[in-house]
Amino acid sequence: MNSLEVTRLVAVKDLRIELRSRVLINQVLPFAAIVMVLFAFALDNDGILDRVAPGLIWLATLFSMLVVVQRSFAVEAGDGALDALRTAGVPAQGIYFGKAIALGLQLMVLEILLFGAAFVLYNSRIAAAAGIGLLITSALAASCGLGLVGTLYGGLTTGTKGRESLLPLLLLPVVAPVLIGATRATEAALGVGGISMREGWAWVALLVTYALLFGIGGSVAFGPLVDDGA
Amino acid sequence: MTASTTQETVRRPTGTPLTRALGIATLIGLAWFVAFGLFLSPDDVVQKKGVRILYLHVPSAWLAYLAFIVTAISSAAYLSKRTRSLTWDRLAGASAEVGVLFMGITLLTGSLWGRISWGVYWVWDSRVTTTAFLFVTYLGYLAVRGLGGTHHQRARRSAVVALLSVLEIPLVHFSVEWWRPLHQQESIANGKLSGLMLFSLFVGVIVFTLMYVWLVLHRQRLLAMQDALDDHGLEFAIAERREEAVF
Repeated sequence: MNSLEVTRLVAVKDLRIELRSRVLINQVLPFAAIVMVLFAFALDNDGILDRVAPGLIWLATLFSMLVVVQRSFAVEAGDGALDALRTAGVPAQGIYFGKAIALGLQLMVLEILLFGAAFVLYNSRIAAAAGIGLLITSALAASCGLGLVGTLYGGLTTGTKGRESLLPLLLLPVVAPVLIGATRATEAALGVGGISMREGWAWVALLVTYALLFGIGGSVAFGPLVDDGA
Repeated sequence: MTASTTQETVRRPTGTPLTRALGIATLIGLAWFVAFGLFLSPDDVVQKKGVRILYLHVPSAWLAYLAFIVTAISSAAYLSKRTRSLTWDRLAGASAEVGVLFMGITLLTGSLWGRISWGVYWVWDSRVTTTAFLFVTYLGYLAVRGLGGTHHQRARRSAVVALLSVLEIPLVHFSVEWWRPLHQQESIANGKLSGLMLFSLFVGVIVFTLMYVWLVLHRQRLLAMQDALDDHGLEFAIAERREEAVF
């Protein structure tokens, strides 16, 4: 079985587990929604909310992502599934990209909800028709980057007890460029913060570079990180 | 390793004639550095006594960056099959610990200096922000080192994380720079420092480099002893109980 087939099977498996357990829908999406409401309480001013909405959307994405990543590896660690896959000779790259795709897709669902929440709660609006393309592209690029990095560090912090608390410390500094890039691109699409469309696309280029670099780095590093044999 | 050699390993001090000489040189150098930094060098025209913080700030930053470069190189050396040795791993760990300490000092002194010369403790300058990210990233690295498992598991895991950090830092730096294009002026390069001030700074960099080597050598040996204790501590304890037994 080649890596591509493994990638597809792992991604489908993860999404099927998600569809059956409904953790994303029943737990993570409500969590993200309440975070958006709490932001509104904290920044009790409609003018400010409109201005900072892009940043809040992506901040809420990052926080919710921590939960999704932990969940994604909890199902592997539970019965030693990851070790079993590796022992069976399943290529690490396949597992890595499969899990990253599943994670990226879940993040996209999350982002759709968060954008919807910003439209309803914060009264955010897309500036021009061209903004839709920018918004979708930047969200896609950011989800790819986050999926790849999240899977990488999720793999590292899976397994024995006490490691889960390490995930935010390791992951949040690494995803800072995504937060900056995706927020700026979203600001351009929503026409706030005085960022032009062109600048917005430049930030998308950063997001794509980030995803590519961590995709390459992750495909090399994931195997050594999850293999606990000496 | 038998119990008696373990005992020797564990009780062996981390000092050798070389490190003792290095330590004495460092201490003398530090005294010299304090004399230059606090007394012999003149006050700055603009910053007055505030400039003296730089004598601690710049060498600390230099030491921290040096330490993180050594960590990255040793991690790569561990991962390469030809040079795989736990000594590289311990060197990486020892270097990162010293680096985190001095990066903390860099941030602290930097924000104090910022308060004096810019009026604020913190600016969102790309260099300052990247430094803060380095600090947090290597705190994470040290936490990864403490995750447990065998020595080689620890070594491989932390080496991979160290190399991923090398990938992360330029991305953070670049994106922050792009985010906030306005730079604060380089504090050294704008030529306001007099000859004696530059000399004091130079002394600081030399002395801190000596101090780095001294600290890392000791710390690395201590880590080797801890590993030996992990490996043979039980055998050692059993052998000791056996010796106590009366037949």
